[in-house]
Amino acid sequence: MLKKTLVALALAGVGLTAAHAQTVVKIGHAGPLTGPAAHFGKDGENGARLAVEEINAKNPKIGGQAVKFELVSEDDQADPRTATTVAQRLTDLGVKGVVGHVTSGAAIPASRIYEQAGVPVITESATSPKLTQQGFKVTYRVIANDMQQGEAMAKYALGTLKLKKVAIIDDRTAYGQGLADAFAESLKKAGGELVGREFTTDKATDFTAILTKIKSKAPDAVFYGGMDSQGAPLLRQMRQLGMNATYLGGDGSCTSEMIKLASGAIDDKVLCTQAGIPATKMPGGSDFLARFKARFKSDVLLYAPYSYDATTALYEAMKLADSTEPAKYLPALQKVSFRGVTGNIAFDAKGDIKEGGVTMYHFVNGKWEPFN
Amino acid sequence: MTPRSVVGVMPARLMDPTAAPDWRLVRLGRGIMETLIQQLINGLVIGSVYALIALGYTMVYGILGLINFAHGDVLMVGALVALQTMTFLMGMAPGMSPLVMLSIALLVAIVVCMLLGFTMERLAYRRLRNAPRLAPLITAIGVSFLLQTIAMIIWGRNYHTYPQLISTTPLQPIEGVFITPVQITIIFGSAALMIGLLLLVNRTKIGRAMRATAENHRVASLMGVDTNAVIAFTFVIGAGLAAVAGVMFASNYGIAHYGMGFMPGLKAFTAAVLGGIGNLGGAMLGGLVLGVVESFGAGYIENLTFGFLNSSYQDIFAFLILGLVLIFRPTGLLGERVSDRA
Repeated sequence: MLKKTLVALALAGVGLTAAHAQTVVKIGHAGPLTGPAAHFGKDGENGARLAVEEINAKNPKIGGQAVKFELVSEDDQADPRTATTVAQRLTDLGVKGVVGHVTSGAAIPASRIYEQAGVPVITESATSPKLTQQGFKVTYRVIANDMQQGEAMAKYALGTLKLKKVAIIDDRTAYGQGLADAFAESLKKAGGELVGREFTTDKATDFTAILTKIKSKAPDAVFYGGMDSQGAPLLRQMRQLGMNATYLGGDGSCTSEMIKLASGAIDDKVLCTQAGIPATKMPGGSDFLARFKARFKSDVLLYAPYSYDATTALYEAMKLADSTEPAKYLPALQKVSFRGVTGNIAFDAKGDIKEGGVTMYHFVNGKWEPFN
Repeated sequence: MTPRSVVGVMPARLMDPTAAPDWRLVRLGRGIMETLIQQLINGLVIGSVYALIALGYTMVYGILGLINFAHGDVLMVGALVALQTMTFLMGMAPGMSPLVMLSIALLVAIVVCMLLGFTMERLAYRRLRNAPRLAPLITAIGVSFLLQTIAMIIWGRNYHTYPQLISTTPLQPIEGVFITPVQITIIFGSAALMIGLLLLVNRTKIGRAMRATAENHRVASLMGVDTNAVIAFTFVIGAGLAAVAGVMFASNYGIAHYGMGFMPGLKAFTAAVLGGIGNLGGAMLGGLVLGVVESFGAGYIENLTFGFLNSSYQDIFAFLILGLVLIFRPTGLLGERVSDRA
């Protein structure tokens, strides 16, 4: 026991001597590094890593002291329970800020732990509106949330495509329901007519009964709040029932899986939204893509520019407050305003990004084509 | 949001004999008829699949008093084995006619599932035949997990696109009512299989042996029936039917996944209980009734409850009917007295 303590002390001593020359500031990143969403987690981690390395290269000084940032990456497996464990571990390690978590299902339970520890957490990709509606001071987001996605879709469907009568289906999950509610609200505001609101589950494969009911109301479009694994058979069954209505979906439908699973049924009357904008259309996009490629020898998937900006936002707030202490720089996050890779980064009172981009995608020539 | 209930509006105006024919209303009426027929078709399609799976539950229960919870996963194995075969055939002989390809795939799936059913009975259930009833039940749940996990290892976690070799282009037998060739195949295919099974059980020697074993397997074995072989045969037939149901299910929805057997398995089990578990005709009737009730439930729950309940409660109907049937007929719709077996 004594020996262990001695070793621990010695290690702590080593840490301290290193810290003397240069204060090491730990920044956490949390996302799935294993499991079906692992590619998104790694993408986010790489974005944050690039940001940390580029900031370090500038030899930053905060509070009159030279600081060196260090990224601590943790795997939350996109799982709510693992996410809380990971959050606890990160706060125990004394991280000064966290970038993540990647999925809403993980970010929401983890946020409570960061709130208790007072550690700011900026997600690059969790889009559930709930995350920033819990009244927590520490939760921030650099990407448009589902409210904004629903709004963009409602505006486009009504304004540009003139789809007046819309039916909505959701899968009763936190994500699907949130997205569908956001869309329904925006639709009503924009003067659209909601002709049906139906529900299914995230395990269902047969939607013919609710679709037949919807069909009798002759909608111009059907909005589905849910994931591709249900969206694809739903779209297929719409066409099998002779429904020619336009299929509208959120980012859960905006995937390559959707194209694969709905092959044969997917056509140009299928639209979806994706929170965020394609990297090539970002203000600092092409330059970022080149730097990212040079560093990681791989292409940006989706969220790397956002985790890059999230990391930079933490750094900017620390500079504003001239402190790396969470309690001191947390209020400064409200005042942060800079031009990031993805656009202007500034937050509203809840911690949501003020100008969050949403991209509409059409299914054209066998793939999703962005247009705005 | 409560859409205006069209059902509520209709009768008063229709009952007024002096009203001039309002074509808008006639069209509305036709819309309602079309929706009704469409819901009936939706229900029959899914009900046929339930019925086919329910037969497997009910046959095993009738003979052993065992609820084989792994039955739904045999369906999944059937669908995925057929998928694997079709993928292989498409690579080997791209010019092959889709029907031949489907038949070969179906045959391979049936054979694999039959072997699986046989193995399951031999390894997992036979040893527990005289054990307390809870032991084989828990074992069945274990086998279910085992099959799912093995399938996950072999075929991965992702959803697979299922080749739809029978056309899914909708036909319109009545204007406004749609049915696809694959759905027609499902309804008639499962009807044919069910009739075949009834003939097998009621008209053949092995069928007589099955009935004898179901009645009392000790006495049957004293009479010279090889009950072990009969029980194994029952599992094999049930697994074969599940394989066909799996291919039908996946072909209809164009999607397959290692967890796809769970929900239809659960629903088919419900159907078997509804019809009277242990009774073949009951399983068929139960499946069809459940399918249709589900379809009408999801389609009309909002109108029937005046907007109080919506389709997130669609399963209430199926289970309400199940509850009512079991209260008034504890042995199910066509169930016989099973106390001597239970």
